[in-house]
Amino acid sequence: MSSNLAAAERGQVVTVERVGGERAFRRRLMELGLVPGTRVELVGVAPLGDPIELLVRGACLSIRRAEAERVAVVAVEAARESQPNSTRLEPELEARSAM
Amino acid sequence: MSAEACHEPSPKPAPPTHPTPRRLVVLVGNPNVGKTTLFNRLTGQNARVGNYPGITVERRSGELALGDDGVAEVVDVPGAYSLAARSPEEQLAINSTLGIGGFERPDLVVAVVDAGQLIRNLYLVLQLAELRVPLLVVLNMIDEAGEARPDPAAVSELFAAPTVATNARSGEGIEALRAEIGRRLSETGEARVDLPYPPDLRSALDRVADALPAGWRKNVERDRALALWALSSIDPDDELDSIPPALRERCLDVQRDLSGRDLDLEVIGARYAFLDAHADRIFGRATRHPPKHAGSARLDRVLLHPLFGFMAFVGIMLVMFMALFSWAEPGIASIEAAFRALGELAKARLPDGVARDFLTDGVIGGVGNVVVFLPQILLLFLFIGLLEDSGYMARVAYLMDRIMRALGLHGRAFVPMLSGFACAVPAILATRTMERRRDRLLTMLVVPLMTCSARLPVYSLIIGALFPDRALLGFLPLGAVLMVGMYVFSMVMTLVAAAIIGRTVVPGRQVPLILELPPYRVPLLRGVLRMMVERSWVFLKEAGTVILACTIVLWALLAFPRAEAATVPPTAAAAAPSEAASKAIALEKSYGGRLGKSLEPALEPLGFDWKIGIGLIGAFAAREVFVSTLGVVYGVGAADDDTSPLRQRIKSETRADGKPTYSALTGLSLMVFFALACQCMSTLAVVRRESRSWRWPAFLFAYMTALAYAASLLVYQGGRLLGFG
Repeated sequence: MSSNLAAAERGQVVTVERVGGERAFRRRLMELGLVPGTRVELVGVAPLGDPIELLVRGACLSIRRAEAERVAVVAVEAARESQPNSTRLEPELEARSAM
Repeated sequence: MSAEACHEPSPKPAPPTHPTPRRLVVLVGNPNVGKTTLFNRLTGQNARVGNYPGITVERRSGELALGDDGVAEVVDVPGAYSLAARSPEEQLAINSTLGIGGFERPDLVVAVVDAGQLIRNLYLVLQLAELRVPLLVVLNMIDEAGEARPDPAAVSELFAAPTVATNARSGEGIEALRAEIGRRLSETGEARVDLPYPPDLRSALDRVADALPAGWRKNVERDRALALWALSSIDPDDELDSIPPALRERCLDVQRDLSGRDLDLEVIGARYAFLDAHADRIFGRATRHPPKHAGSARLDRVLLHPLFGFMAFVGIMLVMFMALFSWAEPGIASIEAAFRALGELAKARLPDGVARDFLTDGVIGGVGNVVVFLPQILLLFLFIGLLEDSGYMARVAYLMDRIMRALGLHGRAFVPMLSGFACAVPAILATRTMERRRDRLLTMLVVPLMTCSARLPVYSLIIGALFPDRALLGFLPLGAVLMVGMYVFSMVMTLVAAAIIGRTVVPGRQVPLILELPPYRVPLLRGVLRMMVERSWVFLKEAGTVILACTIVLWALLAFPRAEAATVPPTAAAAAPSEAASKAIALEKSYGGRLGKSLEPALEPLGFDWKIGIGLIGAFAAREVFVSTLGVVYGVGAADDDTSPLRQRIKSETRADGKPTYSALTGLSLMVFFALACQCMSTLAVVRRESRSWRWPAFLFAYMTALAYAASLLVYQGGRLLGFG
């Protein structure tokens, strides 16, 4: 199912298909690891509805909806209800806390 | 942007007098990888803070002791995710690692990476290795990597660069790093990695490489990598600095020839494919997509919550604001008292004369005018340091982006704007937290419109003297309503000014937001305090000298020509009033007084007379000085604590025809003038220091004064037409 990143639900994991947008922005986003084939989780949405927070290769990045709409994605996993930030695949990494 | 520009001599030439040549080590890395903590660990207590030539980015450098081998200079290069650049700020990374564009060539590049986010961090390392720089890789925050601890040997082998694991916070691995830096400096060896770019891309790179200036070229691989940088960075509309026109033209040509292809995707995709392919060798597969730090995720669930998140935000900002507004007050008061006492002591000890007055009113007063900002500046930098180091500052931008974007401002502009309610000087220093020059300039140019605390004594004098002490609707005191009204007025004007200036004077496309929300970390107090002291010192040194000079000029304006002692013969009967009267006469006859008088025709349409004119000149030192200057003009003494005699005097002042000189309408006009005019030399001095040019303070002064004049004119003349005053 093809869609864009802005349409993803909170907690949903998607795979990047194509990154669009203005050149410098697009380049920077890809340099931060958002290249086609990368898994991205929509971690959250700012209280005022924009921007959104993404988890990309272990880093939390925030971009605005207008730009997220230009990132084509396919869903790999439905939104998880509870514990939006833990993953069942890598339980041992739960201990990786900075605090 | 001429070809000559890049062959200019290095802005910081190495002193040739050292017995052994001084070595240069640069620290590069992504933001939030603990680079500055590592820098502090390596250099101890001797950092120098300055600016990169031409742009307002802090350049921190220090000395690293290398045991028997002497010392090396270490430069902490601002954090970057990639070498590719579109602005002079982003260009720092490539210029300082390669030693091009007027920079000195480093003997060693130390790439600091976050071991917990290795693949993304290695993207930058990969670029450095492609460029064949002498490289050393530091896997920092090794403690956070936990079980997914990467293997330094594998990283070292991948890039042909020695690799050391450290934890800069605890100091683990620092001695090994220091030794490795020393070892690496004594040998010649360059990192290397070769990516399988397609042959036609390689030949395109060779075409670009032919256009590289001779000083940038080295060997085939490095030239190709630099050509790739140029091809990725140069655009028809980039803002890069000192790119030779020939290179720019060649890049645009080659881009046109390759127009059917997605060059950025090809290159970046190939780099990530390479890194992902080697991830297994560096560590287990699982960490390629590690989850969000669990502790940070838990905290964010509260701090970014629609309701609790905003409550926490308001709370944190309120504490910061209270600190600047109230907690700094005892410090400010005691500094003022100390300098007043020092001035009086000097006055009592020294013989009468110009030299004494110069020393007490000019020099001591001027130094006092500088030092008095320290409590607020220290506190603000303490807060900014804590907010940055804890990771919350990025959340401020995240929470506020929606609002600030509507005003054409960056999310990070929120902290400077809020600080502006206390004082524009620290607020302007706080604009450093923004990366883009355009965002910093825009914020700097509108922050002085916020109602700072120095305007309050002026407002309360005017309200007390010229407005009736009554209540609106039976319960709202008029004075309080006016005060709140002035705050609202200033906020509205700030937003309007931001919208207009952001579209005209400092236009710039709204850059799409890319914000990293780093994991929360407990700030290292030592590092925060160190930054706080360093930045405050820079303020004292650079803005302070300008403020001091302005104070002396202003003193001279109001003290010369010297009044003849004979003009007011002292009478024993009325010694005190005659002293006040003689001071008033001296002030009136001074250059400043004459200037105030000559301004009267211009000020009359606003409802002001020459006495207010002199007050406005005095207020340029700092707005609250208006009160004491008026006190001198009216011969009631420069009472700081009790303004009631002055208030009475202003109330009872009459014109030749017997009507009161000042009405409530005059008062309103005067308050509007103070709200908008740039009556503050310290603000101008700091804008000059932060923008590295006199152009911006000149513009700031001109536009604010014009705005103030127009608005006061509108208020006074409009009010009169409506039958007030």
